[in-house]
Amino acid sequence: MYSDKVLDHFRNPRNMGEIPDADGVGTVGNPVCGDLMTIYIKVKDNRLADIKFKTFGCGAAIATSSMITELAKGKTLDEAMKITRGDVADNLGGLPPVKMHCSNLAADGLHAAIQDYLKKKGA
Amino acid sequence: MTRRVYMDYAAGKPVAPEVLEVMMPYLTDKCGNPSSPHSWGNEARKAMEEARAKIVSLVAAKKPEEIFFTSGGTESNNIAIKGVAFRNKDRGTHIVATNAEHMSVMNPCKSLLKQGFTVTFVPVDKSGIVNLQALESAVTDKTTLVSIGYANGEIGTIQPIREIAEIVHREGASLHMDAVAAAGQVPINVQDENIDLMSVSSNDMYGPRGIGALYVKTGTRIEPIIQGGGQERGLRSGTENIPAMVGMGKAAEIAKAEMKTEGERLSQLRDKLVKRVLESVPASFLNGHPTQRLPNNASLRFSYIEGESLILSLDMVGIACSSGSACTSKTLEPSHILLAIGLKHEEAHGSLLFTLGKQNTKEDVDYVVSALPDIVKRLRAISPLTPKEMLS
Repeated sequence: MYSDKVLDHFRNPRNMGEIPDADGVGTVGNPVCGDLMTIYIKVKDNRLADIKFKTFGCGAAIATSSMITELAKGKTLDEAMKITRGDVADNLGGLPPVKMHCSNLAADGLHAAIQDYLKKKGA
Repeated sequence: MTRRVYMDYAAGKPVAPEVLEVMMPYLTDKCGNPSSPHSWGNEARKAMEEARAKIVSLVAAKKPEEIFFTSGGTESNNIAIKGVAFRNKDRGTHIVATNAEHMSVMNPCKSLLKQGFTVTFVPVDKSGIVNLQALESAVTDKTTLVSIGYANGEIGTIQPIREIAEIVHREGASLHMDAVAAAGQVPINVQDENIDLMSVSSNDMYGPRGIGALYVKTGTRIEPIIQGGGQERGLRSGTENIPAMVGMGKAAEIAKAEMKTEGERLSQLRDKLVKRVLESVPASFLNGHPTQRLPNNASLRFSYIEGESLILSLDMVGIACSSGSACTSKTLEPSHILLAIGLKHEEAHGSLLFTLGKQNTKEDVDYVVSALPDIVKRLRAISPLTPKEMLS
């Protein structure tokens, strides 16, 4: 059902954890639906210096969270805002169709974290 | 090599070697059609009736004419529900079921709604037992059929059959029981327990897939929903699947003979599994009734994590089981059965169903118990819902 890449990220998630003094935090999903994801970012010189995640959900939800941290780390905020759900799925070697919508939340989580950072900075 | 432990017997069972052996001649040389008047036909007819007699014996039906072979549990449930509803339309158009039935009961009932019938889904309590007061007020003289699972395949709860039958018959309705999960595991006597129709499946007794049966008590008003050449006394047309019938018959015979010893063996293994998991994993719970349950069923749940990721993790160490999580369903909704017993969505997502079977040993239970705590711990470390104090 899942690609080897998905299973690899599920088995060994990259950048799992929290950043206590994060510059931005984005939470998307809902435990009622079975997927909840929090992305923490640290920003330095307009780049994502560090990124971590915590996820409640299925294999796909955990793997996409892990993948987004790999894709986003070191990118400028503009570049990171352009990462899409499709990019995450493609880099994982595809996701089962049913998971494309429900569990592929990681890009939304990343964008929410960046928006949180921008909002805090603007305030 | 990783140990491999299959504890997903409710999802699929291996065909017993003795079953395969008796089927083989009917898959190869003994190809007759029981409708044929020649000796090949006679041979097939004889095999079919011998198989039927074994189902009669398993469920304690009064006579062979009360057992109809079908393609499996789903078809048996469809024939029972729609067949009785349609046949008795002149008497009433009200059907009753519980809100925790198998999909092959829920969906036929829902399809009747679209055809002008009314359906009352009676609630079950938090252990999965039907609310008898609610059942009593739901059943009226316009009710023609009440369909309730003998035992719930997902949470294992066994219903108080006699009390249910008494309520149902008081108003003259027929009682259908989906016994797919129960038949072969617990003793059933359709006469003593006053059941009018009952669905059973072959694979759930280590028989081949694609075959099941429906018990219909003599005198029950029912009409066919599949029409054709009039096989199975007109209730279920279609050329008889002789090898599968022979296999199911053998499976029923073995199940009956081994029921007591195997039931006790599985109960003990299951109790050990449940006890040790609940002891070793914090915030873990047993779903369903603590004692009124199928011997092989251990329906568990773990807070703060999701079932599919549990299944994947267990699969990586060679363990197979199921979950009622949305991610393992086709509907993206958690199991309606877990919601029916009052679990919140997030609780239902964290469910894990172990169903034990013939090949399982004490060592299998030891292995699962040794693997599970670390897996739960790892997933909880990833989950944002886990309370901080649980992680330290």
